[in-house]
Amino acid sequence: MTAAGGLLAISDLKAGYGEITVLWGVNLTLAPGQITALIGSNGAGKSTLMRTISGLIVPSEGRIVCRGAEIGGASPARILAAGIAQVPEGRRLFGAMSVEDNLLMGAYSRRLSAAAQKRDLDRVYRIFPKLHERRTQAAGTMSGGEQQMCAIGRGLMSAPSLLLIDELSLGLSPLLVEQLCEALRQLNAEGMTMLVVEQDVVTALELSTSAYVMDMGRVVKHGPSAELIRDPAIQEAYLGTPMS
Amino acid sequence: MADPQVLLTLKGASRRFGGLLAVDRVDLTVRRGEILGLIGPNGAGKTTLVNMVTGVHRASSGQVRFEDRDITALKPYQTARIGMARTFQIVQPFPELSVLDNVAAAALFSRKGLSPARARHSALAQLAFVGLEAAADQRAATLTLAMRKRLELAKALAMQPKLLFLDEVNAGLNSQEVERAMGLIRQLADSGITIVLIEHLMKVVLSVCSRVFVLQNGGLIADGTPAEVVADAKVIAAYLGSRYAKLGPSAPTTAEAHS
Repeated sequence: MTAAGGLLAISDLKAGYGEITVLWGVNLTLAPGQITALIGSNGAGKSTLMRTISGLIVPSEGRIVCRGAEIGGASPARILAAGIAQVPEGRRLFGAMSVEDNLLMGAYSRRLSAAAQKRDLDRVYRIFPKLHERRTQAAGTMSGGEQQMCAIGRGLMSAPSLLLIDELSLGLSPLLVEQLCEALRQLNAEGMTMLVVEQDVVTALELSTSAYVMDMGRVVKHGPSAELIRDPAIQEAYLGTPMS
Repeated sequence: MADPQVLLTLKGASRRFGGLLAVDRVDLTVRRGEILGLIGPNGAGKTTLVNMVTGVHRASSGQVRFEDRDITALKPYQTARIGMARTFQIVQPFPELSVLDNVAAAALFSRKGLSPARARHSALAQLAFVGLEAAADQRAATLTLAMRKRLELAKALAMQPKLLFLDEVNAGLNSQEVERAMGLIRQLADSGITIVLIEHLMKVVLSVCSRVFVLQNGGLIADGTPAEVVADAKVIAAYLGSRYAKLGPSAPTTAEAHS
């Protein structure tokens, strides 16, 4: 544990794609056991931040420290082994494989015994009973909401201590979103730390205890979600104010 | 009677890709001298709309008129020659040609009877305008992204357009480069070119646009001054979610606004 007590501490992080810099010095700390929301308009850098945390993008500057260990620039496999799993935007399931095989892919790197595998699958099925009903069905034939459950379940199968969820509600009906949020709250009650990118601001702030607002590759505001909801900085981050 | 101040008109213009209506019965008018912002969430149909106007994709239904002429069926080279130019989100200069010849090629393409020598001479002026004259003899492949974006603009200007579409010209630039690009856009407008700006950076839209169109799911949901559209409940819902829009104007004062 670091002195700051964070599960994850990011400081002065710069990252991007080739010569394009997207993140211009991001600072963010995740407290263990909390759900933190990451909000901001298209192009603000939310997904780039998620992808940099999970190792898909190598940062050009700054630090990412997970429980005292520097993980910035480490391989995705090492970061996964360190306990950080990402549920990618658009779910990215293996559509032709069964739900259960998709879930098992999440545990692939852990080389579990059959008994341990069953125990972890059962845990996912307990949180998402729908996935148990559908366990032999090809993942690509399920509804968007069920696919999102499967993607979250696959993330859980790596037994992470931090779950990164990118675009939780993309393309889902409000009722499904509420069901997913309920499942995430249950997971959180069992101790799971989460960083969630969510396009619907109210959903994001209701789900989380604290939130970070990004604009143009920087964190422009962070604080308790209940306070941020009435902060004009949020609407400003999405709809702007003129440059001087 | 046609209003001579109207440069471009879309009437019920739609573009369908299979089952997807990417642009849905859009009516809009662009007047000479405007800097129009075209904004909307990812996938709203902004680039498709520009592709439809410039002839890359023909409208599935509806009409596109330019200077009071029906141009719905024109091909891209034809729309280029009647005075429309555009920049692309992903810039692709001819990497092995010099910066100068990239611009000269655009001039030669669009302006009949121009000699290569005069095209190069004219290209130098465009390069000077975007601040690339020092790089004129370099291969385009050697330019940085910010420079390639300015080259893209010089290529579009070499076609001497009446109407210029700028598609995400500021994406990937740092704030200093964005400031510079905004200065160039204003100068172009002052020189008489009508501009349609597709832009994610709201700060830029609010700073340079005289009017803003907002697209969502292919349809036009708002049209007004920058101040009007950012206060529009439909626009707030499109960007921040419908529940946020119901909270009312920013900094809601009701104590239990979100419970």
